[in-house]
Amino acid sequence: MEKLILRRVETDSEEMILNFGPQHPSTHGVINFLVETDGEVIRKAIPDVGYLHRSIEKIGETVGYPGFMPFTDRVDYVAAMFANEGYAIAVEKLLKLEIPPRAQWLRAISCELCRIASHLISVGTMAMDIGAFTPMLHGVRERETINDLIEALCGARLTYNYHRIGGVAFDLPDGWRDRTLRFLDHFDKFLVEFDRLISFNEVFVQRLAKVAVIPGAMARDYGLSGPNLRASGVDFDVRRDLPYGAYPHLRFEVPVGRGFVGAVGDCFDRYYLRCLEMGQSSRIVRQALETVPEGEYMAKVPRRIKPEAGEAFSRVESARGQMSYYVVSDGTEKAWRVRARTGSFTAMGIVDAVSPGLMVADLVALIASLDVVAPEIDR
Amino acid sequence: MTNASPAPAKSAARHARRVLLLTLAVGLGLPLALFGGVLVLSPISGIAPEGWSEGRVLLLHALAVVVLAVVLVTFGAVISGMTVWWEMRVSSRMQSRVGYNRVGAAGFLQWIADAVKLLLKEDLVPADADQILFRAAPYFVLVGFALTFVALPFGEGLIAADLDVGIFYVLSVTALVVVGILLAGWASNSKWSLFGGMRAAAQVVSYEIPAGLAAMIPVLMAGTLSMQGIIRAQGPWPWQWFALESPFAGLAFVIFFTAQLAEGNRTPFDLPEAESELVAGYLSEYSSFRFAIYFLVEFGNLWVMSAVAVTLFFGGWQVPFAGPDVFAAARGAGAIPSPAWWGLEVLSLAVFVAKTAVVMNLIVWVRWTLPRIRVDQMMSLCWKYLVPFAFASLVGALFWQLLLTSVPAAGVVTGLLATASVLVGGYFFLRLTYRNIAAVGDRVDLSNW
Amino acid sequence: MTTQELHERLRSRFGDDVGALGEPRVDPSCPVRRERIAEVCRFAKEEPGLELDFLEDLTAVDWPKKNAIELVYHLFSFRHRHGLVLKVEVDRAGPKVASVEAVWKAANWFEREVYDLFGVEFEGHPDLRRILLPDDWIGHPLRKDYQEAGSYHGISNVRENPLVELRRLDEKARAAAAPPPAPPAAPPSPAAKP
Repeated sequence: MEKLILRRVETDSEEMILNFGPQHPSTHGVINFLVETDGEVIRKAIPDVGYLHRSIEKIGETVGYPGFMPFTDRVDYVAAMFANEGYAIAVEKLLKLEIPPRAQWLRAISCELCRIASHLISVGTMAMDIGAFTPMLHGVRERETINDLIEALCGARLTYNYHRIGGVAFDLPDGWRDRTLRFLDHFDKFLVEFDRLISFNEVFVQRLAKVAVIPGAMARDYGLSGPNLRASGVDFDVRRDLPYGAYPHLRFEVPVGRGFVGAVGDCFDRYYLRCLEMGQSSRIVRQALETVPEGEYMAKVPRRIKPEAGEAFSRVESARGQMSYYVVSDGTEKAWRVRARTGSFTAMGIVDAVSPGLMVADLVALIASLDVVAPEIDR
Repeated sequence: MTNASPAPAKSAARHARRVLLLTLAVGLGLPLALFGGVLVLSPISGIAPEGWSEGRVLLLHALAVVVLAVVLVTFGAVISGMTVWWEMRVSSRMQSRVGYNRVGAAGFLQWIADAVKLLLKEDLVPADADQILFRAAPYFVLVGFALTFVALPFGEGLIAADLDVGIFYVLSVTALVVVGILLAGWASNSKWSLFGGMRAAAQVVSYEIPAGLAAMIPVLMAGTLSMQGIIRAQGPWPWQWFALESPFAGLAFVIFFTAQLAEGNRTPFDLPEAESELVAGYLSEYSSFRFAIYFLVEFGNLWVMSAVAVTLFFGGWQVPFAGPDVFAAARGAGAIPSPAWWGLEVLSLAVFVAKTAVVMNLIVWVRWTLPRIRVDQMMSLCWKYLVPFAFASLVGALFWQLLLTSVPAAGVVTGLLATASVLVGGYFFLRLTYRNIAAVGDRVDLSNW
Repeated sequence: MTTQELHERLRSRFGDDVGALGEPRVDPSCPVRRERIAEVCRFAKEEPGLELDFLEDLTAVDWPKKNAIELVYHLFSFRHRHGLVLKVEVDRAGPKVASVEAVWKAANWFEREVYDLFGVEFEGHPDLRRILLPDDWIGHPLRKDYQEAGSYHGISNVRENPLVELRRLDEKARAAAAPPPAPPAAPPSPAAKP
């Protein structure tokens, strides 16, 4: 891989080739970057992924439809609910299965809580990469409460395996609703404090404003999705525009980047959008908890899941972008092909194009603002 | 972890008390013992007993100086260890964590455990690193740090050497640290370390200028470079401190504080060791004792920075109600000073330590709140903002001195005004903090130490 | 526009190169002739009214029975909120197809992944090399007939089933810990029994 760059580097200049990773505190997971720098300014930063490739898609062809659900957790272990939901929706499409409304509401509640947890990690680690260590720990403290809530719900704190083909695995425990509402009351106040601590801090703003601007056309062309796309000004959200599950019945706003302190589509927009989305998710969970219908939480699913031959494509608005599952069935109990399209994969693809001209410190800010996680890229 | 059965509860309480006593013994006793050693040994280097040949007297002096140096360096190390404790404790509270709480009461002896751990680690020298320079670099840094302790005024008579050029000596000796950092970065033979070393060198050398200029303003106001002289030119009360007496000195304190943060590689200026970018920057390849030296010097520098700032701007060890005549009266006439004098000396030491601790707390607070500034922003901050402002305040201080010769009351008036505004501002700040905490639903709980 | 209308637009432009819309087995798709895929994609992206400017997914499915690898293109339009699925079949023995990287830059990494895991070569791709697997990996894992090479740079990637291995180790431990069998009681002398 180094051969790509070494050819172009003259030996008597100030150019250096650095290996950023794969073990590095600020690349989010095991990702390697080959960075060709001229002093402090980057000429080219080439991402080198694949260190976390676990052939999950190949495993999907061997374990059968219900058995694949825990593997979807590992596709994105920071926001595992979305991966679960995407796969469940795809297989339910294949089975032409209607899931009961209570299950849809529970899915929405668990997913939005997971979105808050994932965004807390995202903005926290972003602040930490910029050098402010305190916001990360405050965010993780809140995330601990969410983890406790989800543990009460489904028994796991990171890889949930909560959604099932046909519904969800467990019902709400007693008192969970009140616990969550109390947490959300506290969380809304925490967001205000968090904003005051770091969001508009002068040094923080100077580090992020107008850095690595990704215009809307470039974002669409490179296939960015989710918060990255919206921060560049493109107003599209799968929950609102191609609604699924309980979202048609829930009212929420979709924040779009508009250059809060700098240019549209810079690192600060991507960061602040996630802060705003956390507030919106809290609103959604509140509404959903208040309107959750009674009834079954799991549809009648045959013991052996054997959909007829066909294919299905599901879209889910994950914390990192649009997660899509493309499941091809050949009529047997084992899937013929399972494909997980994740938001981080395309986000990583844009780093090469945006990085020339940045400084090394800005590269760190760019990677953090794109909110990539290695398991989503490599699967 | 430990089972909590009711029977050993009493012995658990006894154990906790024992730990607390041990902590206090070490925490207060160790520095005092070392300091006592300094006090006893400093006069020996001037004693010339009759009947001894010149050579023997010289030998005695040399021995005393060597022992004194060792004691001073140990004192520096102990101080830096305690600074580590304070920083970690404060940072853990700011981050809603518990912090050190195992080794010693409130984790006070953790730094001893850390030091022992670091000493027992494997000492790696990379095969491709420059063998001599790699090994020598930490010692440059250590020398630069330890030499400053010679001129720090801990109390009215508690200074290892009251040099006539005290502050000049301190500023020049701390510049040795940059040599050590640059050597470390280059000799490690690693691109990451080189990056860190170059950044550090650029940063420290640039910020020497505003620091030196800002330090000249108290010198101007005191009329002497000697540390004790600068302190004696101030008074014990807040409105007599240089920082509050003259608005230009107040500005100079801000510039000096910022520049010292940069020289000590503290966030927001900690690019050379930016954890999230360069892992440990110029320190990446160091392990065991060599790393311990860098670690020690960084935290010890915190103390030295604060001590110098207190000396220059906040009146040093000046005790309220105890002017120089009180000290002279307490000393008595004999060769050995009376206990009252010793008591006053310890009081001045306590005042100095308290003020230094407050400034140190400010540095720690800033570190854990602000993010990191980028290289080019840091350079532009230094050259485009700090240096012009330092020059401007120097010129302003010149004019202020002229004003004072004709209107001596101006100093008192501005001092009182500044003190009043600081007190009022402090009250409002605390009130706002309390309100912010209450708004999130928390409460102020100081019992959790 | 609905999928039918999109399909009609494509058919009216490209005629028979665009096949019939597949039966709506949940998500309908239309096959495209291999040679025209790049033009079809460019038309889909740039034609006003279609403006399918978002390449949601570019992946492949291996059908050994049909002796083909089927490339699947999921397209979507932000402006019109409609989508379409295109499929291209390439020969399994020597899979080659034109790259659509010039149409959507997102295809750059998607096509690299398909090359890495299926072995499909994309002509015109600026930087076609493996992305998830190491550069010197042998084989294309997502093919149905993929065989593991057995080891990679001396690291074995074949191991026996852990349950079998553990059972074998258990038996060995049990055999080593079992007390030596007690000396057998003196067999009744053949003379004792008449």
